[in-house]
Amino acid sequence: MQRIYDIGTVFWRDWVVLRHRLTAFILSRMVAPLLYLVAFGWGLGRSIQNGAGGSYLDFLVPGILALNSMNISFNSVTPVHAERVYHKSIEEYMIAPIWPPAFVIGKVLAAVLRGMISSAIILVLAYFFGAHFAVTPLFLLILVLNCAVFAEIGFVAAMFIRTYEEMGQVNTYILLPMSFLCGTFFSTHTLPDALRWFIEILPLTHTSYLLRGLGSGVPVASGSVVVLLLYLVVGFAIGCRAFIRLRR
Amino acid sequence: MIRVENLVKKFLHKNAAGKTVEKTAVDGISLHIGSGEIFGLLGPNGAGKTTTIRMLTMLTQPTSGEIYYAGQPLAGHEAAMKQLIGVVPQNLNFDQDLTVGENLELHARLYHMEREDRASRIAELLHYVELEDVTHDSVRQLSGGMKRRLLIARALLHRPRILFLDEPTVALDPQVRRRIWELIRRMGRDGVTVLITTHYIEEAETLCDRVAVMSHGHLLAVDSPEALIHRVGAFAVEWEADGSRDYHLFPARQDAVAFAAGLTGSTSVRRANLEDVFVELTGRKEGL
Repeated sequence: MQRIYDIGTVFWRDWVVLRHRLTAFILSRMVAPLLYLVAFGWGLGRSIQNGAGGSYLDFLVPGILALNSMNISFNSVTPVHAERVYHKSIEEYMIAPIWPPAFVIGKVLAAVLRGMISSAIILVLAYFFGAHFAVTPLFLLILVLNCAVFAEIGFVAAMFIRTYEEMGQVNTYILLPMSFLCGTFFSTHTLPDALRWFIEILPLTHTSYLLRGLGSGVPVASGSVVVLLLYLVVGFAIGCRAFIRLRR
Repeated sequence: MIRVENLVKKFLHKNAAGKTVEKTAVDGISLHIGSGEIFGLLGPNGAGKTTTIRMLTMLTQPTSGEIYYAGQPLAGHEAAMKQLIGVVPQNLNFDQDLTVGENLELHARLYHMEREDRASRIAELLHYVELEDVTHDSVRQLSGGMKRRLLIARALLHRPRILFLDEPTVALDPQVRRRIWELIRRMGRDGVTVLITTHYIEEAETLCDRVAVMSHGHLLAVDSPEALIHRVGAFAVEWEADGSRDYHLFPARQDAVAFAAGLTGSTSVRRANLEDVFVELTGRKEGL
């Protein structure tokens, strides 16, 4: 019970911060999806034939959801880096009598909340743009899983990197390539085999597969869920270990 | 209340040649601090004071040694011991995205304080440090002195029996410094055991029941300020010699006066202080 209370405390802090900036958060989260939907859905998309039968917009929306939830959840946790290196406010949690994994779980849950608010905005916008896809409980669960995986990756990055510049490099060398290559804007089947195999190791590829399949009612591979769960477990373990090892 | 036995902390760091070498920041210190005592760790920057506090507050893992609080070993009882202690760190480590009240609320929740208790205790402590009017302000808006007082309020929120203050008045103007001293004295009167690190001589002399002089990771002496001063001599004669100030310590005033009478040029007789103790013990004057 105490452990749940500790998770709640860490989450409460991030909720208070989000509440202070909720309007600005919602408005800013509309900009990128709107641009994607206009540029790729209406603009470029009208000249692209989707092999599966639907429009390119129907193909695109699950990809945008995947990459946007990745970016939002990752970047929601990265301020922990400033809390650790610059403000040292993380020490308040280190000296408090809380269950150490509660810090990781609370931060990840808060990032999931931000990722899901942002995803909800995209879903609404996508329907306005005329996209057709089904939002099932499993579809939402995969979105939550994707947010949690990338929040943990963001947490691990925040625990290890030393400067803001290095955090920017994580975005440039890891998130940006994934945004474009992991089945978000086009099917990975068009890529050369060696590159495709590499890309299929990455979590965002599996989120794209799953969301696209579930959204269009096509059966999905349970292996993709297993890959995401594997990232979740490994990311949690590394995150907890990194937080506890701050005492060294 | 606090017992430390043979505490050691070694770090790996890069030396001037770029080689990774082991550095001993704290080298086998042992201490016993009684309940309700105000105890000072006095030493220059780099003496190992902050590392000692970080080990005592579980922010840094000791390389070896034992720590006991209220007779209980710290190892294996960390969660319970964390409830016993409050920490006023050297850096102003507030959550920059929260208001004054929210920072205190977060601390209260982290220490599992009951909902009914939280609001009244926060109001009580904001009144104690005279910050009631800024409850809803962002911590970014506070002055340096207000931030220091807020750190003290935050550390006292969960009613700790032991309070650690790491350089609590560094970079503050004299009025604010005296205000914080008064707060620390009140804590001592309320029965809180206080361990304070400082490199201000006056602070240690004014506040502390006992002082430990620390240098290069070692404790050189532990006693009351008066006893430490009497150890080296109660009076000092200072004089100009070859363009620099020199001094000599004497156990009695008449000895000091007699010695000063035999000197030519600018001389003065004054009471010895902790700075003299420090210089006598370490041979260092700079950095204090």
